[in-house]
Amino acid sequence: MSLFDKFQPLIDIRAELDKLGIMPFGAVTEKLLSATEGVVNGHEVILAGTNNYLGLTFDPECIAAARQALEEQGTGTTGSRMANGTFADHLRLEEELAAFFDRRHAIVFSTGYAATMGMCSTLAGPGDVIVLDADSHASIYDGVRLSGADIIRFRHNDAADLEKRLRRLGERTENTLIITEGIFSMLGDQAPLADIVEVKRKYGGMLLVDEAHSLGMLGEHGRGVAEQAGVEDDVDFVVGTFSKSLGAIGGYCVSNHPQLEAVRFATRSYIFTASPSPSVIASTRAALRIMQQRPELRERLWENAHRLYDGLRELGFQVSPQVSPVVAVTIEDRDQAIAWWNELLERGAYVNLVMPPASPTVHSLLRCSVSAAHAPQQIDRILDAFAGLKG
Amino acid sequence: MPDYDEYLARIYEVLRPFAKQGLLLNEDSELVTELGLTSLQVMELIEQIEDYFDISVPLNILPDIRTVRDLAQQLERLNT
Repeated sequence: MSLFDKFQPLIDIRAELDKLGIMPFGAVTEKLLSATEGVVNGHEVILAGTNNYLGLTFDPECIAAARQALEEQGTGTTGSRMANGTFADHLRLEEELAAFFDRRHAIVFSTGYAATMGMCSTLAGPGDVIVLDADSHASIYDGVRLSGADIIRFRHNDAADLEKRLRRLGERTENTLIITEGIFSMLGDQAPLADIVEVKRKYGGMLLVDEAHSLGMLGEHGRGVAEQAGVEDDVDFVVGTFSKSLGAIGGYCVSNHPQLEAVRFATRSYIFTASPSPSVIASTRAALRIMQQRPELRERLWENAHRLYDGLRELGFQVSPQVSPVVAVTIEDRDQAIAWWNELLERGAYVNLVMPPASPTVHSLLRCSVSAAHAPQQIDRILDAFAGLKG
Repeated sequence: MPDYDEYLARIYEVLRPFAKQGLLLNEDSELVTELGLTSLQVMELIEQIEDYFDISVPLNILPDIRTVRDLAQQLERLNT
C-alpha cells in the first residue's frame, strides 16, 4: 500500500489520453487573440468554454482601471484582510456589491471557491443541518464537509424532495441551512427558486444560493435567478464569483443579516489567505459598473445562447434541459466524448470536456459556454465544428 | 419503528438489480469493491431506502459504510 495507490485511476486515464495524444484537462491557451479567440494546444480556435459570459476580459475600461491600480498600489497586498490586506478599494467594492444586490452587507473573498467553500463551512456547524441540492458544485460539497454539520442531499432541482427532507427534520429546521445554485455550472439548468422558497417559508431554515453562473444574466438588474424569481427577500445569502461575468478572479457573499460582519471574522478561507490584488479589485469594480451600464451585453449573451442551443438541437445533439449561456451536449460514450473534444479543437472550437464524476450523470459532456462578445458568425463556426463531428 | 432485519431485507431488495448475475448477497457483501457500485449508484440506492422508510440519511455516515451490514447498522442507529 502506498499513499499514491488511490491516484491510480487518475494515472491510468492520464496515460490513456497521453497515448491518444489528447490533452483535454489543462489544455494550454498559448495565445489570446481576443475575448473569444485564441490558440489552444496549437489550434487557432473560437473560445466556447471560458465562462467569459459578458466578454469583459479585454474591455479597455477594465484594463485601464487594473493598470492604474497596479501602478499606484503595486502587484499584491501581501496579506490577509484581517491584517494588512484590507485596502480602501476592497471596502469600496464591498459597498458597490451591497448596493448592486440591494443588500446591507457584503464580503469580498480572494476566489469564488474561497467564498462559497468558506460560507458553507462556517454558517452551519456541529449540531446544525445542511440540506443541499445533490448536484451542487465541489466548492459547496467541500465547504459542508468541513462544517461538521449533518449533511443531507435533496434530489437535484426537486422542491418536493426538499420538502420531504425538511419535514423529516422537525424542529431541527430552526438551525438548518438550505443550499442550492442559481444556474448550475455543468448543465446550465436553473434552480426552481420560487418553489424552494415556498418550502422554506413553510418549514423554516436559512437559504444560501450560489449565483456564480447567473450574475449579470438574469433578473431586471442582472442579480441572478433569485431576482428573476422575485424571491430575493427569502434568500438569506448570495455567494458568487468575479471570475466569470466580471472577467477577473475573486468571490463574494452578500446578505441583509447584520451577523454577516461577525461571520466574516469566523471564516477561515477569508482570514488565512491573502486578499485580492489591487489590479483585480480595480478591474472587478469597473466590470461591475459596466455590467450595470450596458444591459445590451446581457441581451447579446442570450441571443448567442439561443443561437447555439437551437443550432445544436437542430443538429441532433442531446443538449441541456434549459436554454442558458451554459450549453452542454451529453455524450453517452466516454471515448467518443474524448475523440469529439479533440476533433472540435481541430475544427476550430474549444469547449470543455467533462467526464464523471465531474459530470452530474454517468455520461460525459461537451460543455460550451457562450459570451456576449461572440459574434453570431462565431457561434455559427462553433456549430459548423459540431456539424463536422457527424460528418 | 423498523429493526435491523427489516432494514437488511430492504437493502437486499434494492440491491438486487445492481448486483452482478449469480452473485449471492450477504451481510458481508461490499458495496463498492465486491458489487462494483459507483458512487452515483450508492447514492441511488440510499435514495430508494430513504423514500421507503421516509428518512434522510446524512452524507456524514457514508465513510463508515462498506458492507451491507454496515448500512443496515447505520440505518438502525439513525432511528435511535
